[in-house]
Amino acid sequence: MQASAAQAENSQAASSNTAHDTNGALPPPLRGRAGERGGGNGSACGLPLSLTLPRKGGGNDSGAPVDTSNHTTSAQTFPCVVVAKQHNAILIHSLDETAVRAGLSIGLPLANARAICPELTVFDADEIADRKTLDDIADWCDRFTPLVALDPPYGLYLDITGCAHLFGGERALLQIVCGALSRRGFAVSAAIASTSICARTLTRHASGKIVADGEEAEAVAPLPISALGAGDAITAGLRRAGLKTIGDVALRAPHEITARFGASFTTLLAHALGQGDAPISPRKPLPDYIVEKRFPDPVATDTVIAMNLSALAAMLVTAMDKQGKGARRLDASFFRTDGAVRTISVDTGRPVTRAEVIDRLFRERLDALNDPLDPGFGFDLIRLSASRTEIVVQQQRDLDANVHDNDELSALIDRIAARIGGKRVVVHLPEDTHIPERAVLAVAAQHHLAAAAQAAWPERIESEPPLRPLRLFDKPEPIKVPFATVPDGPPHQFTWRRVTHTVARVEGPERIAMEWWKQNGDGPTRDYFRIEDEAGLRFWIFRDGLYESEPPDEEVEPGSVRWYVHGLFA
Amino acid sequence: MSTARTGTLASLRGSIERLETHGDAHDLARIALGHKAADAMLQGGLALSAVHEVFAEGHQSATATGFIAGLAGRVSPRRPLVWVRQDFSEIESGALSISGLSELGLDPRLLVTVRAPDTDAALRTAADALACDALGVVVLEVWGQARQLDLVASRKLTLAAAASGVTALLLRVAAEPRPSTAETRWIVRAAHSPPGSPWHAWGAPMFDAQLVRNRHGPVGRWIMEWNCDECLFREPSAYPQPLAATPAHRPHPAAAYAGQRRAS
Repeated sequence: MQASAAQAENSQAASSNTAHDTNGALPPPLRGRAGERGGGNGSACGLPLSLTLPRKGGGNDSGAPVDTSNHTTSAQTFPCVVVAKQHNAILIHSLDETAVRAGLSIGLPLANARAICPELTVFDADEIADRKTLDDIADWCDRFTPLVALDPPYGLYLDITGCAHLFGGERALLQIVCGALSRRGFAVSAAIASTSICARTLTRHASGKIVADGEEAEAVAPLPISALGAGDAITAGLRRAGLKTIGDVALRAPHEITARFGASFTTLLAHALGQGDAPISPRKPLPDYIVEKRFPDPVATDTVIAMNLSALAAMLVTAMDKQGKGARRLDASFFRTDGAVRTISVDTGRPVTRAEVIDRLFRERLDALNDPLDPGFGFDLIRLSASRTEIVVQQQRDLDANVHDNDELSALIDRIAARIGGKRVVVHLPEDTHIPERAVLAVAAQHHLAAAAQAAWPERIESEPPLRPLRLFDKPEPIKVPFATVPDGPPHQFTWRRVTHTVARVEGPERIAMEWWKQNGDGPTRDYFRIEDEAGLRFWIFRDGLYESEPPDEEVEPGSVRWYVHGLFA
Repeated sequence: MSTARTGTLASLRGSIERLETHGDAHDLARIALGHKAADAMLQGGLALSAVHEVFAEGHQSATATGFIAGLAGRVSPRRPLVWVRQDFSEIESGALSISGLSELGLDPRLLVTVRAPDTDAALRTAADALACDALGVVVLEVWGQARQLDLVASRKLTLAAAASGVTALLLRVAAEPRPSTAETRWIVRAAHSPPGSPWHAWGAPMFDAQLVRNRHGPVGRWIMEWNCDECLFREPSAYPQPLAATPAHRPHPAAAYAGQRRAS
């Protein structure tokens, strides 16, 4: 609690320093909400805004918003429906206003619909595109609050606790959201209430309702049962019992309802009536720190974007610095005016506490993007958030050069990782195994630099030539061996990559058995030979399996074992 | 007009002079390789804070890797080593084996490996790493005739190395030498083990190292043995030295290289 309050305060201070007029940090919604609820009085602390995009309206069902505008223009003359195949019948999945007026309804077979209304425009349902659209809308909604939850298939929850005043109050926020989505051709229904289920129930009936705390029961009582969204069986059962509105059901004793329709329905009902709340599950975890900048005129040029990003980095660092934190993971989100959102993340090996470092990491990252940041008509909001932070221990720098070197090295690793990806910069840890290809574990340098510096590697045996090759093939490469004089002996000649090598010197065999005590660890035993050919090239070759075929039921005939090159010595 | 031109010319000359003297051989620190003849030819050893190139044919990649590892071990045994390589080189000549590297006497704890997707990324990463003065050595491993690794790129690497004091080692497998600003250029091949019983274990790595370019001295060709215990190059014991050193007064690298290619 204190953390969020302090953060709100200092980011406001930072924003007043900059010249931009609309510029500030979102205070994160109260995180200890559930706890406060448990305290008992149920005061106004959770304010979910529920958005439902009803199936009546076609646009969000058929995929791209572009289609929607076409729908609405053509809808003047012909009704549109979206159909999907269910139980081997093609049924109407959703439909637009004109189709409703023509007497069609959801669930009607397409054949019947054509009979009712022959001039029907039909589209196929595309559930993946629907889901994608809902996701995109949720991305766009991130500009209002960091807590956006999906309510599939057509709904979204926005936890606007502590956010509404930034947009001029709840009413204004509701209008902004609905207005923007309607302009894009979506049919929207939205409501604000203190519990998520209550808000959702309201949207199913009418749009634009705002219910004050404590008035949920009155607000939902006159609504039909179907608005609860409890499933067809329960809705039909209640209707058959003569209970038509939510108020009717609420009047019955809860145990009767529970006995007939189950405890989950009673809970749902209680939530709708404002008694208790189900927490929403936001799509992304709440970042620890958020700073953002809104632009009255969208920005599109690289220099301006970079400049603003540096200013945001400075604000973020100031905010983190007050609590002695440093960022391990940073996300920059670019909100385009047309609703598209692009988020770019940067990981660091050590907590970052300097704005220049953040700035530089993002510059590297933006430079190296495969599909560069496309500003389109410009960005109207840039947000920088620290989604993972750590406490930084401020220590006196001693004169030891090692400390400086380690800092420099980890900064270098961060920069390289930002450009080409964290998995490509690796350090190595020893593994306790005899299998050569598994003896070394390559791990991301960003996260394991300290561990790698402490790793205990097997000691080298003095005055012994190298026993392991310098270059090891990931997959051993098969070689052709004409014959070996003695069984279990080394070859005299072999062909690798179409070149024949004559063996001049041999050392071996070194027998390595597979790890039979592990699952899938049982393979043929390998006999390794170190071989020098006539030109002085040195190979590490092995025979897969023994001549006496090791597993008794092996299909390979004795004498036709396979040979491989596994590595090359210097 | 003419005065202006003379002035421009003078200032250009001045800047060229400054560029030329910047990385002069005489103020570069050097580290002895351990091989006496080679050290003498190199005026005391391998120059630090400079770029060195090692070329090898495709099938000799492991030998060249060993030679580079040896140079890196000589140059800076205690500071971090960044090894940048392309994905393709891993497929072609195998991944760098850490156990093998540690058996050559290098400390695997100091090694950071970067797998770059292509030559451009590898080059850029190497230039970045060279600017970081916490490192000892940066190895850039490039497979094939990389067009991007031209005189300009090489000059950039040289300047970065001189500014930070980090030594850059370029491992060029399956590539032809081209003009560059490298301090030295080597062509490395595998050498036989010293004669002995054919069933006798072979010992330390052997290199047939040919110095084909030396910016500040003559060139030569030697058989070198890497001593894993002391982390030194050595004259191989009990090895007949059949190779006459290239004449010291005729240090034309291209000719020497071409002749060698015909011979091999």
